Amino acid sequence: MTSILQYPLPLPPILAHPSSTAPLLITQGAEALLYKSTYLLPSLPCALKYRPRKPYRHPTLDTRLTKHRILSEARLLLKCRKEGVPVPSVYAVDEGQGWLMLEWIEGEVVRVRLNEWLRWRREKGTAEGEEEGELRGLMERIGEAVGMMHGVGVVHGDLTTSNLMLKSREHAEVNDHAEGGEENLLAGEVIIIDLGLASVSRFEEDRAVDLYVLERAFGSTHPRAEGLFEVVLEAYGKSFKGAPIVLKRLEDVRMRGRKRSMLG
Amino acid sequence: MIALGLEGSANKIGVGVISHHANGKAASVLSNIRHTYVSPPGEGFLPKDVAKHHRIWVVTLVKEAMAVAGVTIADIGCICYTKGPGMGAPLQSVAVAARMLSLLWDKDLVGVNHCVGHIEMGREITGAHNPVVLYVSGGNTQVIAYAEQRYRIFGEALDIAVGNCLDRFARTLQISNDPAPGYNIEQLAKKGKVLLDLPYAVKGMDCSFAGILTTIDILAAELKANPEQRDPLSGELITTADLCFSLQETVYAMLVEITERAMAHVGSNQVLIVGGVGCNERLQEMMDLMARDRGGSVFATDERYCIDNGIMIAHAGLIAYEAGFKTPLEESTCTQRFRTDEVLVSWRD
Ligand SMILES: Nc1ncnc2c1ncn2[C@@H]1O[C@H](COP(=O)(O)OP(=O)(O)O)[C@@H](O)[C@H]1O
Ligand SMILES: [Mg+2]
Repeated sequence: MTSILQYPLPLPPILAHPSSTAPLLITQGAEALLYKSTYLLPSLPCALKYRPRKPYRHPTLDTRLTKHRILSEARLLLKCRKEGVPVPSVYAVDEGQGWLMLEWIEGEVVRVRLNEWLRWRREKGTAEGEEEGELRGLMERIGEAVGMMHGVGVVHGDLTTSNLMLKSREHAEVNDHAEGGEENLLAGEVIIIDLGLASVSRFEEDRAVDLYVLERAFGSTHPRAEGLFEVVLEAYGKSFKGAPIVLKRLEDVRMRGRKRSMLG
Repeated sequence: MIALGLEGSANKIGVGVISHHANGKAASVLSNIRHTYVSPPGEGFLPKDVAKHHRIWVVTLVKEAMAVAGVTIADIGCICYTKGPGMGAPLQSVAVAARMLSLLWDKDLVGVNHCVGHIEMGREITGAHNPVVLYVSGGNTQVIAYAEQRYRIFGEALDIAVGNCLDRFARTLQISNDPAPGYNIEQLAKKGKVLLDLPYAVKGMDCSFAGILTTIDILAAELKANPEQRDPLSGELITTADLCFSLQETVYAMLVEITERAMAHVGSNQVLIVGGVGCNERLQEMMDLMARDRGGSVFATDERYCIDNGIMIAHAGLIAYEAGFKTPLEESTCTQRFRTDEVLVSWRD
């Protein structure tokens, strides 16, 4: 199998060791390179999230940020996992070398699935507002997952549709998209990933900012789905005790965003 | 068709004349001139002084721009002006001039969003087709990408703009505002070596600069009180140049990081930097290193187009005009707040 990325990218030293199958570069995220590997066990695929050095950043600053983010991501994933929030489990971590080994999630990020779904509907000629049951369902599951995470005292810091995955059901490898495959595009469990900028906080302000970031991500990335964001908030509101106050606070955060001075 | 563009949203007044060709060929910049209001070291500029400056210069610049371009009134198809965002009084003084020309010459008016002006001019000059745009100036810090008829804002500064942070630090140091405070910080930073610890405030695709400014101001005051401070690691004497160096390395790393986040999110590997801070060569260099690691490239323009100018207003206005948009006289107002994503970009697919 060849990687989808052509230009040369550095392989983390841990993957340079011989193993039963070659590591596969799956994607280049916002900061990290994500490899699929069977480094641990031939029967257990895992996701190696590697943060290579950023040549644009001063080395001192780069080392400080990379270490901090890897350790903090590992810690918070563990915390979430322990308390039942849907996140990948952590297998191993080496902040000095810049990597984190995680449970492999078979599926795709919400952004990809949602865009595919929206495109499919457009081609089919379905109007906005019609037959939205599936999307509503997804929005509800997102609201619940985020609420769960906030409920255990973690705020994400970078909540977008690129950092939420939809898990395909049991060994559904690449689903055959023939015959109505599209209708299941939005199915699957919502898994929260990428906790590199997350932190422990129970302040309603921090929680509200998380929601605001997600709301704007819908507005800018999926303007056609933005209208249903209220469903996320509704489900969130019911997800933990402090949620209603957060929703109140969200109104202030939005107001501030709109008022932000925009001098040329 | 030919358009005249007037820009005056901050301390520069710019006038430009652009010509678009029928066959989709690249636009021709017939003239692009500007005059800058420079405040004394240690001081910012007041809107009323800037507005006065613009009023004094506008007629001279329009005449000169027309002469350099070699065009007559009859050649002009429409008059484009900056509707916002920007400082109220300076915007108004230029809008009044635009209205006057429109009545005097009997030409249509086109109100232009300043940021859309930067983006369209950047695309035209560099040929970047559908890039993620980093818009960085004295008043704005935004990461933008185009989708479905709008330039959508993916990330922005949550408090002060990056250019404002640099300008205010230049004032703290009492360095010259000529030609621009950020330029002088950049020159000083070239001599810096020691990286001082500053807050690094990235929140997803957003970022914040106020805390950094507070910290670097404190460091500057400490250095003034005790010039004998040494870096604990290297033992080197800490200098003002090190302060500028640390400030640049930190804020530009933040900007590159949020841009990279947006690129990953929208799946683009092109980035276009626009706005006054976009002239900074260190920022361009850092952005280029990032883009290359993503198999892409950076597009930037020089000070003629990065710094506020009239030609970008003429260009963006003319594109809109050709797509059927114009601003009736009674609606030819200006506005301090005018978000990039409010504009319906009818001229793109
Ligand atoms: N545990 C995982 N299993 C499978 N794919 C993953 C996993 N974690 C991340 N990915 C994929 O890798 C991409 C980048 O991962 P992410 O943690 O978001 O890093 P970054 O900080 O670079 O954005 C994600 O968008 C997703 O497609
Ligand atoms: Mg991510």
